[in-house]
Amino acid sequence: MGMVIALIVIVAGSVVFQLASPWWTTPIASNWAQMDHTLTITVVITGIFFVVINLFVAYTLLRFRHRPGQRAAYQPDNHRLERWLIGVTTLGIVALLAPGLVVYADYVSPPRDALVLEVVGQQWQWRYRFAGAQGKLGFSDARFVSGANPFGLDPDDPSGADNVVVSGNEVHLPLNKPVKVLLRSHDVLHDFFVPEFRARMNIVPGQVSTFWFTPTRPGRFESMCAQLCGIGHPNMRGTVVVEDEPAFQAWLKTQPTFAALRAGAKPASAGQADSLEAKGRALAQTKGCVGCHSADGAPGAGPTWKGLYGRTEAYTDGSSVPVDESVLEREIREPQARVARGFANIMPRVDLTEDELHALVAYIKSLGAPPAPAPGTAQR
Amino acid sequence: MSTDSAILRVAGSRQGDGAAGLAGAPVTSRGQPQAVVGVALWVFIGVATTLFTLFIAAYIMRMANADAAAIAMPSQLWLSTALLVAGSVLLRHAGVSAQRGGDGMARAWRWLMAGGACAVAFLVVQGWAWQLLLARQVGPAGNPAGSFFYVLTALHGMHVAGGMIAWAVVALRAGRSGPAGGWRIALLARYWHFLLLAWLALFASFTWITPEVARIICGVP
Amino acid sequence: MAYAEDDSHHDVPQTFIRKYVWSQDHKVIAVQYASVAIFVGLIGVLLSNIMRLQIGFPGVFDFITPERYYQYVTMHGMIMVIYLLTALFLGGFGNYLIPLMIGARDMVFPYMNMLSFWVYLVSVIVLLASFFAPGGPTGAGWTLYPPQAILPGTPGHEWGIILMLVSLVIFIVATTMGGLNYVTTVLQARCEGMTLLRMPLAVWGILTATVLALLAFPALFVSGVMMLLDKTLHTSFFMPAVVSMGQMSDYRGGSPLLFQHLFWFFGHPEVYIVALPAFGIVSDLISVHARKAIFGYRTMVWAIVIIGGLSFIVWAHHMFVSGMNPWFGFFFATSTLIIAVPTAIKVYNWTLTLWRGDIHLSIPMLFALAFLCTFVIGGLTGLFLGNVSVDIPLSGTYFVVAHFHMVMGVAPLLVVFGAIYHWFPKITGRMLDDRLGRWHFWVTFLGTYLIYFPMHYLGVLGMPRRYYNWEGYQFIPQSAFQLNVFITVVALAVGVMQLLFVYNLVHSAFRGVKAGANPWRAASLEWFTPQTPPQHLNWGPHLPVVHRWAYAYSVPGAAEDFIAQNAPAGDGGHEPQPYGTPEAVATR
Repeated sequence: MGMVIALIVIVAGSVVFQLASPWWTTPIASNWAQMDHTLTITVVITGIFFVVINLFVAYTLLRFRHRPGQRAAYQPDNHRLERWLIGVTTLGIVALLAPGLVVYADYVSPPRDALVLEVVGQQWQWRYRFAGAQGKLGFSDARFVSGANPFGLDPDDPSGADNVVVSGNEVHLPLNKPVKVLLRSHDVLHDFFVPEFRARMNIVPGQVSTFWFTPTRPGRFESMCAQLCGIGHPNMRGTVVVEDEPAFQAWLKTQPTFAALRAGAKPASAGQADSLEAKGRALAQTKGCVGCHSADGAPGAGPTWKGLYGRTEAYTDGSSVPVDESVLEREIREPQARVARGFANIMPRVDLTEDELHALVAYIKSLGAPPAPAPGTAQR
Repeated sequence: MSTDSAILRVAGSRQGDGAAGLAGAPVTSRGQPQAVVGVALWVFIGVATTLFTLFIAAYIMRMANADAAAIAMPSQLWLSTALLVAGSVLLRHAGVSAQRGGDGMARAWRWLMAGGACAVAFLVVQGWAWQLLLARQVGPAGNPAGSFFYVLTALHGMHVAGGMIAWAVVALRAGRSGPAGGWRIALLARYWHFLLLAWLALFASFTWITPEVARIICGVP
Repeated sequence: MAYAEDDSHHDVPQTFIRKYVWSQDHKVIAVQYASVAIFVGLIGVLLSNIMRLQIGFPGVFDFITPERYYQYVTMHGMIMVIYLLTALFLGGFGNYLIPLMIGARDMVFPYMNMLSFWVYLVSVIVLLASFFAPGGPTGAGWTLYPPQAILPGTPGHEWGIILMLVSLVIFIVATTMGGLNYVTTVLQARCEGMTLLRMPLAVWGILTATVLALLAFPALFVSGVMMLLDKTLHTSFFMPAVVSMGQMSDYRGGSPLLFQHLFWFFGHPEVYIVALPAFGIVSDLISVHARKAIFGYRTMVWAIVIIGGLSFIVWAHHMFVSGMNPWFGFFFATSTLIIAVPTAIKVYNWTLTLWRGDIHLSIPMLFALAFLCTFVIGGLTGLFLGNVSVDIPLSGTYFVVAHFHMVMGVAPLLVVFGAIYHWFPKITGRMLDDRLGRWHFWVTFLGTYLIYFPMHYLGVLGMPRRYYNWEGYQFIPQSAFQLNVFITVVALAVGVMQLLFVYNLVHSAFRGVKAGANPWRAASLEWFTPQTPPQHLNWGPHLPVVHRWAYAYSVPGAAEDFIAQNAPAGDGGHEPQPYGTPEAVATR
């Protein structure tokens, strides 16, 4: 009897859960509502099978549970019934598969006039690229990648000079215009996934993968990496801002071109003060430091910068030193030389000029400990 | 018509030595040993065929890439192929002679030894081919044609080496069991034929599946 | 190699070492396999509990660093799929049941059988050694995708991944040796009257799974060897030109997708290697405990074989969003949904076996019913993921995690438990404790349902899998984090309850109620050995002779509600005629 009750409770509970739970698809912000509809069809058809089979089993248990003197029937097969069941099941399967494939046919056929967005995934940050006035994306390859050229664009390809290059994890898109996303990586597998857009695809180093969608709702949307790419994977987050066309064009103009980047211009954010710390903060974004080092104390793949300056840091080689400018500079220049205890030895060497290094250190210092207490005050 | 397939019925009830079992000494299995080991050998050959087929499929997919370049096969490989063919022929004779019995056993023994020697010589010549390629600066890293050559010849060589272990076991028992054990040599010969066929498939792949052919197969423009 | 016919000269083992350690007896080897598998499975449960602590209570447990978290995720997955489930179903149940169910004295190659266990044990030791290697075990996920698995940024990319791959290669050797034994034994060593279509479905399930294993593990071997060479010799099978941690590597031209194709060509049949023995075994559990012949035996056999065959052409449904040629999606979605049909038939037939049965709610029956319920959910959610366009937003989320745990972790595991409660009296001559068993059953069944059913909804929401934490994501409501706490608490309870099961196993083996030869009044051949537990060579001086199938239950006109498979032919209970033929059954 317990099993009968359990099955009935499970069926009822599951149905109620489906109808009442707060967890379902995020509000859609793209043209792929058809995926949601196919999901609903699937829920309905599979739901029917789930309810019918489980309740049938519960009823069977109730009616045919063992009682003294009872004997089972002898019915080793029934070919007509089996054929009928195969038929019904096949119909159900076709009812599921057909809409799914129709939607998929649309998914693999991007519209010709789509805006092309290149997304470059890198451990552990996002960069983006748009074609410039020429309308063509320049050639890129891993062999061109350097600190100054993180996109790996071919400097000799004239089509690349006017490409708009966006670092810093945030990209803007115009509302209601189809976007064909070209996905590239120079290191490992990633996946660019914004749940509200539904559409996504893995990024494979050595090739270009693609998907398309049309943003249909303005707003700020969080993107995440959805293919395990190392220990910074959960921190590889980005933002997609969907706005109307004029605002998008205005934003696009604030982003540097590849030519400008090569000439040494820093990616500027409108209205930002030119202080050393502000420069350092911008660099922390563009050089990818924020992939591992938080500014607010949140744990990550690397030590948080909040309170780092002035703290005594312990290292895996047993040493411990109070963190000052020279310590920071050495850590950045030679990350493999010494590793903070509790962290893995995975910090990459980043190309920085002396000025950039000073700016970065100034920024880290600004997040550091309060000034040294006056003599006589208690140490904390 | 019956849905019960003929295969199932044939493989099904067998008149084995059930009668002997009822009469006295415990009988452990109903199949004759040569049938049992024969089936097991076919299964193993099936597994190894799957292994080499998958490797060749990987080879084709990888060779379709832009960085692959065909490498010239060292001429030693013709010698090693000939040694494998010789080994197969010798072992087949050994199996046939052993099952005939009488003074066939002595001849079988000689063919068996010669067949084993051919297999050992094969491995030596393969090593020689490796040396030649390394001298030509074709190593496992770099050109995938080189990588696959070393991996596949090593894998095949290990299967030959495993066959040598079986050869040693068979050689030790053949002395003792007389003509009734001739089937062991026959099964060993079957495995030798498999090794030859596998080698021919690999050799043909190295020679004929060039990057151009691979690209055609994979539909790469 | 020894084959069984030589056993007329074979000495019965006398010493403790020969009887229980270096034993060639399939029953001992089965218990050895099962013991190691359960031991390593408990480690897997512990790892999953630690993972859940991090997911439910992020930031609370300092010792769970991101590095360790990903290492535990990886080791948990690999241990459970390969070293627990595959080894337990094939090496444990396969070894114990096959010879007894087909009337053989032992496997046809007992020496190789013994070797296969010790090689399996070596593979487990190598795997666990990676916990102590410099850099710790690999943290690349059980799927071990390149290029990240062998590049800096992923834990264990130096030694951990090497030990993992070496361990897998060794395991494949063990499985191949075992597989050769099981297939050859079924084909060659069945007793008189035991046609293939009189074998219990447990044997069909394990046999088909073994064939799958023999043909699918080579793909894992190929991909594993190639990745090992990429790591150690710097070949570029899977490694494109990469810039890793700011440094240009010397790899060129390799294809990460090639690895994924090879891996999943193995990986999909692998899940059927786990599922098919469960299907076969649960058919037998339901039949015995409902006192009714399995409904549609031949259809069930064909379904197992067809599912096994189809399992080789669906692999890329694991790769719909991998960046592979998008046109493959059409084919693999279709083949995947086709495989649902024979699977659904099996579910109907289990249900129809219960209908008009005489259902005893013993613990094995309870577990079988729980299997039915959870497998229905797990199988149905597979339809979501197999339908390519529905899969696109669900891939890489907790929907996938919930699906595969339900269909591979929960459902087959419930069958494992039911099978152990069912055959324990055969193996030891004693019953497992009933009260402890019912506690174990209810907590495990309801607990795992409560863990994995709601988890699907987190996936629909878009919550990504393999995340150390989700702090700061606005699209994830606070309630989702509360659900994670709930799931963690239930998972810990279910984890602890398994210790009660282990206690029951050990305690009842020595102190359990004595069972008698056939406590469940089953009809299949394994219950009719002269001694219980069966002694070496199983059948005494005479091999059994079989006159009917294994499902002669509640035969009209028979005195008892079951007729033993080896009862005299005149007792009736013969299997149904092949459809459409009027001829008499071949052997009487």
